[in-house]
Amino acid sequence: MPRMFALALSLALCLLLPPSPGAAQDPGPLQTLLQSQADEVASPGRQTVASVIEALVASELPQVPDFLNRWAEREVVQDETTGLFYYDGTPPRDIDTGAPVTLDPGAELEDVRPNGGVRRVIATALVQFQLSDPDIARRTDALDSISRNPEPDQLAPLRASIEIETDPVLKARKERLAGMLAARYGATPEIRIAAIDALSDALAVDVRAVLNQILTTRSGVADRLPEDRNIARTLTPGDDLSEAEAYARLVEAGLAPARQSPDEIKAVLTDNIDDGRVGGVPIGQLASEAGRARAYAALAEAGTVPPLVTEGDIDAALAAHVFYEEYTEDDPAITEAARAALNEVETRVAMNQALDLGLDALSLASIYFLAAIGLAITFGVMGVINMAHGEFIMMGAYTGYVVQQIIPDYTLSLIVALPLAFAVTFAAGVAMERLVIRWLYHRPLETLLATFGISIALQQLAKNIFGTQARPLTSPSWLDGAWVLNDVVGIANIRIAIFLLALIFLGLILLVLNKTRLGLEVRAVTQNPGMAASMGINPDKINMLTFGLGSGIAGIAGIAIGLYAQVTSEMGANYIVQSFMTVVVGGVGNVWGTLAGATLIGGLQKGIEFFNPSNTLAAQTYMILFIILFIQFRPKGIVALKGRAAGD
Amino acid sequence: MTRTFLTQNRSVFWFLLALGIFALIVTVLSDAAGNGMISTSFVKTLGKTLCLMLVAVAMDVVWGYTGILSLGHMAFFGLGGYMIGMWLMYARTEIIVTESLLAAAIPPTPQEIHDAIGTQIFGVVGSSEFPAIWIFAHSFWLQIAMVVLVPGLLALVFGWLAFRSRVTGVYLSILTQAMTLALSLYLFQNESGLRGNNGLSGLQNLPGLDDVPQATLSIAFFWASATALGLGYVLFAWVTSGKFGSVIRGIRDNESRVRFLGYHVEGYKLFVFTLTGIVAGIAGALYYPQAGIINPNEIAPIASIYLAVWVAIGGRGRLYGAALGAAFVSLLSSWFTSGAVPSVPLGFYTIQWTDWWLVLLGVSFVAVTLLAPKGIGGLFDLISTRHPTPARVGDFGPDTGARRTAEGEEEK
Repeated sequence: MPRMFALALSLALCLLLPPSPGAAQDPGPLQTLLQSQADEVASPGRQTVASVIEALVASELPQVPDFLNRWAEREVVQDETTGLFYYDGTPPRDIDTGAPVTLDPGAELEDVRPNGGVRRVIATALVQFQLSDPDIARRTDALDSISRNPEPDQLAPLRASIEIETDPVLKARKERLAGMLAARYGATPEIRIAAIDALSDALAVDVRAVLNQILTTRSGVADRLPEDRNIARTLTPGDDLSEAEAYARLVEAGLAPARQSPDEIKAVLTDNIDDGRVGGVPIGQLASEAGRARAYAALAEAGTVPPLVTEGDIDAALAAHVFYEEYTEDDPAITEAARAALNEVETRVAMNQALDLGLDALSLASIYFLAAIGLAITFGVMGVINMAHGEFIMMGAYTGYVVQQIIPDYTLSLIVALPLAFAVTFAAGVAMERLVIRWLYHRPLETLLATFGISIALQQLAKNIFGTQARPLTSPSWLDGAWVLNDVVGIANIRIAIFLLALIFLGLILLVLNKTRLGLEVRAVTQNPGMAASMGINPDKINMLTFGLGSGIAGIAGIAIGLYAQVTSEMGANYIVQSFMTVVVGGVGNVWGTLAGATLIGGLQKGIEFFNPSNTLAAQTYMILFIILFIQFRPKGIVALKGRAAGD
Repeated sequence: MTRTFLTQNRSVFWFLLALGIFALIVTVLSDAAGNGMISTSFVKTLGKTLCLMLVAVAMDVVWGYTGILSLGHMAFFGLGGYMIGMWLMYARTEIIVTESLLAAAIPPTPQEIHDAIGTQIFGVVGSSEFPAIWIFAHSFWLQIAMVVLVPGLLALVFGWLAFRSRVTGVYLSILTQAMTLALSLYLFQNESGLRGNNGLSGLQNLPGLDDVPQATLSIAFFWASATALGLGYVLFAWVTSGKFGSVIRGIRDNESRVRFLGYHVEGYKLFVFTLTGIVAGIAGALYYPQAGIINPNEIAPIASIYLAVWVAIGGRGRLYGAALGAAFVSLLSSWFTSGAVPSVPLGFYTIQWTDWWLVLLGVSFVAVTLLAPKGIGGLFDLISTRHPTPARVGDFGPDTGARRTAEGEEEK
């Protein structure tokens, strides 16, 4: 009663006082609301701000979103004398109408500065207004904010905003987000299970994150398996977790004494040295485990240290307890549904990953094919291993680089560079054949070495001309970016282009070999040079042209490789062994063989990398081992020449 | 004239004589003898060169005599180095670690010492556990046995797999190259247990011999290398002479014909491949304590190709040729890459030999292959009064680069 009276009195006093200029007009509804919790608004704390926001939201005033926004942006000021709030500015503006106000000259304006935590709470509250904001960018921002930082109370406003959403993309996104929120925060188990089931046909990372969130477990240990918990699985020490780990959990739960590590034992022994002896054992005997154990046992018996935890103690402790993982979610029906949904999602993800891996492998295979096909042609036709093939690849790549220095337009320079690289390496190949290789046809092993001599000379020459640092071969902008099928499957455009290039060259080579006079003669020389010569074919000319052709393709491959890797003087050397492998595995003297070899090696390398993604070195090692074993079973490669053409 | 081993292989006598004189001269002029004409580091270079000569002689037996162009023999060389390096690192770290642990109040247990060595050696690859392959590293003799066994076993298994499936010619060369590439890639991993790309280091410090100056050690290793080279030379001269030598040369010139004559070609090849692999391993075990460090780069394919280059430039099919080629090219190479060779000003461009040496080597290598397939060894035919190459009509077979001796001679 007396409080009521005091209140009435003060109210009466207020009315009696002359009105101040700042409060000339009646405070608006928002101002009134704010004044009712003026302290919390002026210096909000993370805990207290919730009630203010709740009241603001409940009022459903149209000015609230704007106010919340400015509040978070620290644009609200308070008049120290009257306690009224204004928007910052010169002059300050009214909080309800936004109209400029004139204040008392004596008014002291103080900034309202909510801290970071409070601003986050305000931002979360703002989301519901932003979700139905007319500006589409604000709506998108709001959705981003929800998916970054989902909260249970966002579900209702999100649902409400779906109805009025006009943009179909955003609508779909909202529905997805609502589904994910419902799966985690739905009101009843039935709603949640329904939402979880609906998630099972998704693929995206965030959906998997939601399901994993529901399936979060914590580890536990007890005498018996607790009945009332939602147990995910029980763990057997030794199988599911190591015995040391299991014991560490027991220690952590306070169910067993900590085990003394050798270091701790040593430290304890050091602390207890007494006149050259520890627990009666001379220090000299402590150089063995047995001596230390005796000394420690003596100390333990004397009560100086806790008794040693032995292996037997550990085994007994492990046997007496059960280790398990329990879901943080209590309802087994929900975790089961989430588990089923996650399994379904993961199966689909795995299938898509396999598809992605297939694409990667295909792209790698096309690179190997491009790098190796020239080698296969020269090797098949002439029985000559060209160790300088890798340097021809490098030469092609550097040609592309030089062209780009002259022609700044990337598309145009690429169009110029491709035939130019072919021409340059064709010429180099012909020159090498004329000057070196044709003198060595009867000495294949020496060809290998002579071409190696050319290879080191060319490599060093490139180093001297272009320096040791990597040179970029920039792809035109239309080759940037990637073709993304979904969250899992995607492939860079440049790799698609290389794949197409490989296809084109496969077609071209088949066409040349099978449909032209030159191809006929090449095949004749491949199968039997002596007979071909008797038939009026000039094997010298054919050899020269074949070598030029093989080298020319290496130049093209150089540009393709240079576009996605960098151009260095050693880039050819990096591909040469793989190219040899491709030719050897595929079988000599056959385009299809090279294709099969490239596919096998590309697929294999990606496959091994998949099982051990962090370690590409190991992948290469295992691949080479596989090839060595493969040669055991098919020494002539996948596609072996038969009959007289085989040459033996 | 009695047909003794020495009269049949007169190069053995001259080679051993030259090697002995050379070793004596180096010893007298070295720092260790107080003379100082030859610096310790150059003695080490010479000692290393002797090891390279040994592995080149082995390569010559495989390639010049048996016709297998192995592009993987430096893998065996490197493995030998790794094997001895493991003991050197272990033993030296053990001494250091034991000293520091003895400073503590309580003497260390053997287990503690072992763990501390592990932490010390494998700290660089973020591990402290001893991998299983270090199981013998504590014992000098066991690890010495590994120097022979590991390269030998690898050569045996690889050779058996390759020869039984009748992989020959360039295929075999590529396959051996793949082997050494796979090995080096494997060793590049930290998980390989041999410290990844850090390799093994500090090998020049012999455990327990800290008081002995490096000058003395370098001469000791120089002599050990010279002895190994001499013994290896005699061994291979013996292997390549007589009936066995004739068979392997027959395999080189026409493998099928030898097989049809009833010889077990695969067995011969496997024997040669494994024996040379073992000798390469021993050469590596002598080389790397002088080099001081070994890492997987040393067994990259390029190393084995250089080995083939040395043998080709020296002259295949004669052991002294291979040895001379290795010495000549590797010494010339270190001279050129050291920057000691004066640059050649051309007016518009100055040839820095450190940049252009590889170009020169590559081009001269091609020239030797084309113009002088007998290599440096061919020069000896010019001064020799005896021309053992018979004036035979017709083709010996595909491989005219290698020198022929006995068969044509014996036919007369």
